[in-house]
Amino acid sequence: MAHHEGMTKGKIWRVFFYLLAITALEFFIALVLVHGGIIAKGLAVNVVYILLTLLKAYYIVAYFMHLKFETFGFIMSTTVVLIFVVYLIVLMLTEGAYMKSHFNPFSFWPST
Amino acid sequence: MSTTVSQLDKVKTGRWSGGRSPFDVEYGKIMMWFFLVSDAFTFSSFLVYYGTQRFAHLTWPDPDKVFQSVPFIADSGYPLVFVGIMTFILIMSSVTMVLAVEAGHRNAKKEVVGWMIATIIGGLMFVGCQALEWTHLHHQGFWWGSIPYQEGVSPAETLAPYFTNGISEVSAQQFANLFFTITGFHGFHVSVGILLNIIVLGMTLANTFERRGTYLMIEKVGLYWHFVDLVWVFVFTFFYLV
Repeated sequence: MAHHEGMTKGKIWRVFFYLLAITALEFFIALVLVHGGIIAKGLAVNVVYILLTLLKAYYIVAYFMHLKFETFGFIMSTTVVLIFVVYLIVLMLTEGAYMKSHFNPFSFWPST
Repeated sequence: MSTTVSQLDKVKTGRWSGGRSPFDVEYGKIMMWFFLVSDAFTFSSFLVYYGTQRFAHLTWPDPDKVFQSVPFIADSGYPLVFVGIMTFILIMSSVTMVLAVEAGHRNAKKEVVGWMIATIIGGLMFVGCQALEWTHLHHQGFWWGSIPYQEGVSPAETLAPYFTNGISEVSAQQFANLFFTITGFHGFHVSVGILLNIIVLGMTLANTFERRGTYLMIEKVGLYWHFVDLVWVFVFTFFYLV
């Protein structure tokens, strides 16, 4: 197997630095911004967290797992199927919204 | 007599025209990838179910209140610190793994051995941290099928330290079950990864790859190890941050 493009040591440490920086940013948001009361916990912050998580996932899969340097066909055959995960999320959000509106009042422990 | 070759007789040289490996990836590595894709579905199902439960309940335990201890240092008051250490350990061990793969490409046995040992130590440290985390929660009363309970005290009062808004026994139980199932399944993966790492380290030391002429096996195990790190990135976000 010929390896056309590999990860050089410099590149590896650069990706590590990116991952560390993204994680540090997440901690900054959680500990300084949210705990400090500058922004409230909620949908907006969660969207930011999820986007940063996906960015980290991209760096791990593309560089550490070397997928970026594989052939187009191989990238497609390993990533396109994950569309079903997106589909599952959509389904479960629908289902979850239903459960929330119908079942919850009965199992809710009254807070004192 | 014409010297032009008919279109039909032309030898095709495309990636998919036969005579070559279209993906240009070794069989075992492809299979590792496909296993990881299927494993990604398993973890996605777990995490999406966790999300559904959390979304469907009016109230949910506040992660900042459930996870706020740093073993041996502080029992409470430091949310995210311990899990931050765990995340750092796992990312670090991912880096040492990728450095082992890089050394393998150069057939540098000594470097492979060094980086593999570092990776194994990182993995063991992570599993150790997780054991501490589990022990802490277990002492508080969380486990599969059980939540903190005190004789003669109302559940609302017992559970109050873990909630910010409303208090729900159902939510607390769902949270406990899913936390131990998902981090347990992940921890199981890490343990298997450590075992695989130890096996390939042994094979490296026994010169198996040197004789084979390729350190491809390090790469395959590396893929698995990075996947474990990848899953943790999501577990970290959905259990601790959100």
